[in-house]
Amino acid sequence: MLDPILLWSGLVNGLLQGAIYALVALGLTLIYGVLHIINFAHGSLLMLAMYGVFLLFSQFGIDPYAALPIMVVGMFVLGYGLQRGLISRASHGRDENILLVTLGISIVIENLALFFFQGDTRTIDVPYAFDSLEVFGVFIAIPRLIAFAAALLIAGLLWLMIQRSDVGRAIRAVAKEKQGARLVGINVEHIYAVSYGVGIACLGAAACLLMPTYLVYPTVGHAFVLIAFTVVVLGGMGSFPGALLGGLLIGLCESFGGLFLGESFGQIGIFLVFIVVLLFRPSGLLGSRV
Amino acid sequence: MTKAKHPLGRGVSRRRIIKGTASVAALTALGGFPNVLRAQGATVKVGVLHPVTGAIAFAGTQARIGAEMAIEEINKAGGIKSLGGAKLEPVFGDTQGKPEVAATEVDRMAREEIVALIGSFASSNTLATTQAAAKHGIPCIVDVAVSDKIVGRGLDNVFRFSPGFGKCSEDALNNLVNINASAGNLAKTVTIIHEDSLFGSGLAGLLNKRLPDFGFEVIETIAHATPTRDFSNVVTKLRSTKPDLIVPANYYNEYVLLARTMLQQRIQPKAIYSVLGGAASNYRFVKEHPKAAQYIMDCNHWPDPRKDGTQALRQKVEATGKFFTYEVPMNYDCVRLFADALERAASAERGAVKAALSSANWKGMIMPYAAVEFDEKGQNKHARPVNTQIIGDDIEIIFPDELASAKVVYPMPSRG
Repeated sequence: MLDPILLWSGLVNGLLQGAIYALVALGLTLIYGVLHIINFAHGSLLMLAMYGVFLLFSQFGIDPYAALPIMVVGMFVLGYGLQRGLISRASHGRDENILLVTLGISIVIENLALFFFQGDTRTIDVPYAFDSLEVFGVFIAIPRLIAFAAALLIAGLLWLMIQRSDVGRAIRAVAKEKQGARLVGINVEHIYAVSYGVGIACLGAAACLLMPTYLVYPTVGHAFVLIAFTVVVLGGMGSFPGALLGGLLIGLCESFGGLFLGESFGQIGIFLVFIVVLLFRPSGLLGSRV
Repeated sequence: MTKAKHPLGRGVSRRRIIKGTASVAALTALGGFPNVLRAQGATVKVGVLHPVTGAIAFAGTQARIGAEMAIEEINKAGGIKSLGGAKLEPVFGDTQGKPEVAATEVDRMAREEIVALIGSFASSNTLATTQAAAKHGIPCIVDVAVSDKIVGRGLDNVFRFSPGFGKCSEDALNNLVNINASAGNLAKTVTIIHEDSLFGSGLAGLLNKRLPDFGFEVIETIAHATPTRDFSNVVTKLRSTKPDLIVPANYYNEYVLLARTMLQQRIQPKAIYSVLGGAASNYRFVKEHPKAAQYIMDCNHWPDPRKDGTQALRQKVEATGKFFTYEVPMNYDCVRLFADALERAASAERGAVKAALSSANWKGMIMPYAAVEFDEKGQNKHARPVNTQIIGDDIEIIFPDELASAKVVYPMPSRG
C-alpha cells in the first residue's frame, strides 16, 4: 500500500485535479465575496461553457485552447447580462430572491441542455489528448498539466486585477461598503455585473481546460459544483488564494482518500476535512473578504 | 345545520342547466358504455421508464429510443389485432438513475393506468420499480438490469427478458478460459475495476468468487463512485501491479474516462476484458475514441447480426443520427414481447397480461436467444450474452462460434 510511486502519483494527481476544482471555485468565491450571491447556477453555467467548447470544436474545428479567449469573453458577456438583466432585476435586492433566481437559472439551463443535447455524453478527441510526460514513474497527461498551470496563472491574474486595477479597487469598495461606493461615484450595478461576469468567465476558462480530457453531459455541473462550494467555504468566502489553496487541498484529499480508503469511500475525506475546518476555523483557511 | 337549498337555487339560468345536463350525459357515456368508446381509436398504455437524465442518462435515452421505435412500428402495422386494432400509447418516465425517484414514477404511471411497465436499465432502479409495480399488480418486463436479486424475490409480476449476471459472468468466464487457452494460458492475474452500485459491486463479488476456480488470481478489486472525475490514481495502481487482465465493470462515462486514462498512461495488459462493460459494446465509444477502444473485449448483450430485423433497426437508428447500442434492440424486443402477450391475452387487463407473459413462448426477438420463455422466477430461460471485441471501427462478435463475425485478437497488440 505504501508504494512510493503510488504516493507520488497521489500527490501529483491530487494537485492536478485540485487545480481544476480551484478554477471552478475562483468564480464562485468572487461572486460570493462581492455580491454575496450563493450562485446555484454555477454548475449549470460550467456545463453550458463545456457544451460551448464542444460545439466550437465539433462545428468549427476550433481547438479548445484556441477557444479560450472566445469562451472567456462569451461567458463574461453572458454573466454580465444575466446579472444586469435578470438576477438583479428579479431579486429586488433581497438575498433569498437571489438564491431562488440562480436556482431557477440552473434549472432552465439544464433542461435546455437536455432538450438540445439529450442525456448524451459528449467528448472531443484532440490529437494531444493522450500525450503524457513521465516524471519519476508517474505519467502526467499534458492537457492536465496545462490546466494546472493555467489555473495558477488565472488565480494570479484575478488577484492582481482585484489588488491593482481600478475595476478591482471598485469591486473591493463595493464589497466592503455599497452605499459608500455609490457616494464616491462608483456605478454599483455595473460593478456587480462585472464581478458576476468575471466569475462566470472563469468557468469559460475552466471548460476549455477540462474538455480535452473530460466529458460533458447535461448534469456534469453537479460533479463539480458541490466540490466548488466546499472549496470556497474551506478557503474562506471571497478569498482567491483561499480558493486556490482550498482547491488543491480538496484535490489532494480526494486523491489520497481514494488511495487509502478506496476510490468510492475516499470521497468522504473531502467532507471530513470540510467539517473539521468549519469546526475550528469557521471563516475558512484564509478567510478574509475581497 | 344548514338549510337545504333548492337544487337549482336562485339565479340559475336555463343555459347553465342545459350545460350541466350535457356534461352529465357525457360522463355517463364515458363510464356507462366504455365499450362503445373503446371500439374506435382505443389505446393500451404502456409504461416506458428509464434513467433519461442523471449520470446514466445516455443508456436510458438509448433504451427509450428502442421502445419508441417498436411502439411506432406496432401501431403502424395496425396495433393489437385481438383488441380491435388498439394502439400502444407510451407513458414515459424518468428514474434520474435514482431508485427512490424510480419508485415514485411507477406510482404516477399506475395512476395513469399503464397495463405493463418496461425498463428500467439500471439494476438498482429496477429493483425499486418492480417492487413498486408489484403493489399495483403491474407486470414488469425488465429490459437490461442484470442483478439476480431482481428475479429472486418471489414477485410474480417480474419478467426479465435479458440474462442476469449469474448467466453473464458464467458465460464470460467460460469464454475467457477458452480465449486464454487458445493462446497458451497467457494470462494469470486479474484486476477488477467496478462502479460501486448494485451492478458493479454485485458483478465484482461474483467474479472474485469464481475467477480463482478457473486458475486466475485476482490481485486487486477497485470500487469507484459514479460519477468519478479522475482515474489517474487507479491507473497508476495498474501500472505498479501490472495485471495480465483488466476487467472493468462500469457505466459509460466512467468507462470512457478509464479507457482513455489507461491509454494515456500506456497500460499494456494482455487483454481488457469487460463483463457487461458500459462502453465496450458501444458504437459511440468506438467512433469517438477508436484508439482507446481498440481490442477491448466485452461479454454483453448484443443483437443477432444475422437477423433481418437487426439490420433494419440498426439502419433506422443510424438514419436518425443516433448510435446503435444494445439498449435499443433490447427495449425494441421488450415492447414487441409485450405486444405478443397482449395479442394472446386479448385483454388490456394487468392480470391477464401477466398470465400471458408467464406462458410466453415468443420467437420474434432480434436478440440472439432461442426463444422467450419464463421460468418460475420470471427469468427468460433462453437469454444469453455474447462476446464482442472492438476491431478496427466495428464491434465484432467473437463468441459463440455460430454468431461470430470475426476471430478474436488476443493477446492485445501494442496500441502505441
